[in-house]
Amino acid sequence: MKGRQRFSGARWWAVVLKEFTQLKRDRLTFAMIMGIPIMQMTLFGFAINTIPRHLDTGVISADDSDVTRDFMEAMQNSSYFKIVERLPNEEAGREALAQGQLLFVVNIPAGFTRQVLRRERPSILIEADATDPTTTGSALAAVDGITQTVIQRELTGPLASLQGGPAPFAVSVHPLYNPDEITQYNVVPGLMGMVLTLTMVMMTGLAVTRERERGTMENLLAMPSTPLEVMTGKLVPYIGIGLLQASIILLAARYVFFVPFFGNVLAVYLSTLLFIAANLTVGITFSSLARNQLQAVQLAIFYFLPNIILSGFMFPFKGMPGWAQAIGNLLPLTYFNRLVRGILLKGNGWADSWPSVWPMMVFTVVVMCVAVATYRRTLD
Amino acid sequence: MTAAAQFDYAIDVEGLNKHFDGKHVVKDVSLRVRKGEIFGFLGPNGSGKTTTIRMMCGLLKPDSGTGTCLGHDIRRESAEIKRSVGYMTQRFSFWEDLTIAENMEFVARIYQLRDRKATVRKSLADLGLTARAHQLAGELSGGWKQRMALAACMLHAPQLLLLDEPTAGVDPRARRDFWDELQALAAKGISVLVSTHYMDEAVRCHKLAYISSGTLLAQGTAQEIIEGQHLNTWAIHGDHLAELQEELRKRDNVAQTVTFGDVLHVSGTNDELLEREIEAAVGRSGRRVERIETSLEDVFIYLMGRSETNSGGNA
Ligand SMILES: Nc1ncnc2c1ncn2[C@@H]1O[C@H](COP(=O)(O)OP(=O)(O)O)[C@@H](O)[C@H]1O
Ligand SMILES: [Mg+2]
Repeated sequence: MKGRQRFSGARWWAVVLKEFTQLKRDRLTFAMIMGIPIMQMTLFGFAINTIPRHLDTGVISADDSDVTRDFMEAMQNSSYFKIVERLPNEEAGREALAQGQLLFVVNIPAGFTRQVLRRERPSILIEADATDPTTTGSALAAVDGITQTVIQRELTGPLASLQGGPAPFAVSVHPLYNPDEITQYNVVPGLMGMVLTLTMVMMTGLAVTRERERGTMENLLAMPSTPLEVMTGKLVPYIGIGLLQASIILLAARYVFFVPFFGNVLAVYLSTLLFIAANLTVGITFSSLARNQLQAVQLAIFYFLPNIILSGFMFPFKGMPGWAQAIGNLLPLTYFNRLVRGILLKGNGWADSWPSVWPMMVFTVVVMCVAVATYRRTLD
Repeated sequence: MTAAAQFDYAIDVEGLNKHFDGKHVVKDVSLRVRKGEIFGFLGPNGSGKTTTIRMMCGLLKPDSGTGTCLGHDIRRESAEIKRSVGYMTQRFSFWEDLTIAENMEFVARIYQLRDRKATVRKSLADLGLTARAHQLAGELSGGWKQRMALAACMLHAPQLLLLDEPTAGVDPRARRDFWDELQALAAKGISVLVSTHYMDEAVRCHKLAYISSGTLLAQGTAQEIIEGQHLNTWAIHGDHLAELQEELRKRDNVAQTVTFGDVLHVSGTNDELLEREIEAAVGRSGRRVERIETSLEDVFIYLMGRSETNSGGNA
């Protein structure tokens, strides 16, 4: 065929070698590639490890008895809760939660003690601001223990008969703002996706615009190398880098933060490869659109923001409004989060993973077509 | 590859036009470069040299116009052109964070040369780069960068070289060596199109073209270009030439005046009237006046001045 070149493995390999050599010389970039996952893991790792205590709690109590007083004392003694306020009614409680003044509101209904004695099994309601489940999770986990302590301490003497059989009262926990109640372990897979999105898109975005800015693009275009060879050849080193970053995070998760791995690690790596591919196509497209390196970085950040906000990493996906979910459904990070969380934490297999795999594949193919279409063959 | 044997001209382009954002940058440029010819492409900055060269090697699509490069159609066969032409960009466009050897290796791989290692080694030796082979390209001086760039774009043994201001910012000695090299290549039958600013380089070309504001104003051998403008030139020797130059400029038949050190060149198209006006201006000041051959430089300055007044009048 005249005027068009076939793909040549030899020329492609030339580009791969060149990229590796250049990357090897670029110490700063290399340090950044290794530094980002380590830094993020350290920062988020502290958030994973520290168990927050003495969280501000308000109480709405329409019943004042030994039982209720002891319940509140037990809450304080658990060291998770710190009762700072008495509230007149539920509205005041909701408002304080909404404004972030309180993390928990304990609601003891009127006639609670009397109902206990009549074996009517009343409930205490604890409402929690679960926006950040790593903060509230461990406190809420302690509620059962507190309840048991109170039952054993208070229901003595004539009331001892209440101890056997069904619990004399219940505590129901109602997490607000975060019905998913993501656990702290969820952070790790999310972190992986976040680090990969940022580095992959930015690095590849820069890789091509750098050639353009330094004038070396003219040389590449004037030589027989084809767009596909140049683009895919440039991507190879970044696949390696992405896998390296993923490994750093997985190792730290397993051996520093003791995140349990229920699923197949190979499956995690395969998912990571697919996710890297998706991000590289985005980066390559950006590098064709951007006129210079600054624009490439801007585009990468522009892409990064909706990804961290709408993918279910920062806020629980199901808690978002419909339009936000619709955007989130277009982003590969959304599927990667679900996929890796499913594999690592639930031990999901192939059948459970497929609904998250195919959207990433479609995304990759579509964006790759866009990338090839926008790559400039000439200098026009 | 059969086409390679048939064509007469290494470059044969006709009526090339190019617009950038509505600005007409190259206007109806037609050029012919014979095999084994060194063709000089001259013109002030921004006149469209680089754009024309890029269109010839398939890096830019002309808005209109046709042509061939080594027998390949510049519109449809850019892949063949890229494989068979050596193009040296105006700005150094190799990878500064790679060593000379790594750059050459890369180029050799991209052109899929058979004896890659040997070819690179020989090329480095030929250009005296062996000792610097492991130096980063970014650390080289202008002259060495240019040698490396030439070596790299010659690696696949192209039959046509397109060199865009290869000697800009290079010291005179390196410039001379570079031109000796070009002349040796031309003697081997390789065609060269080279854009330049330097007059001493222009006279070493077999053929020349002068472009200004996108329009080719003259094309041919140095002799043809000089004769084509029908200029007569006189040299006036002496000091304090500035006043005299001022005086002469006002005269109708003086087309241009140029000072070269202590010599003033005065040119015009009507020899008789020019002579009379010079005599009148010089008067009895005792300065030595003689008729000289119009030089290429006089002609180029004349062409540049004329195109400036033309485009100034149109705008
Ligand atoms: N890619 C481009 N986009 C817009 N304008 C351009 C581009 N390349 C060149 N030009 C303009 O075209 C004109 C000719 O440029 P060029 O061919 O580089 O001239 P020369 O090489 O003779 O100095 C200049 O005015 C320049 O600004
Ligand atoms: Mg130029």
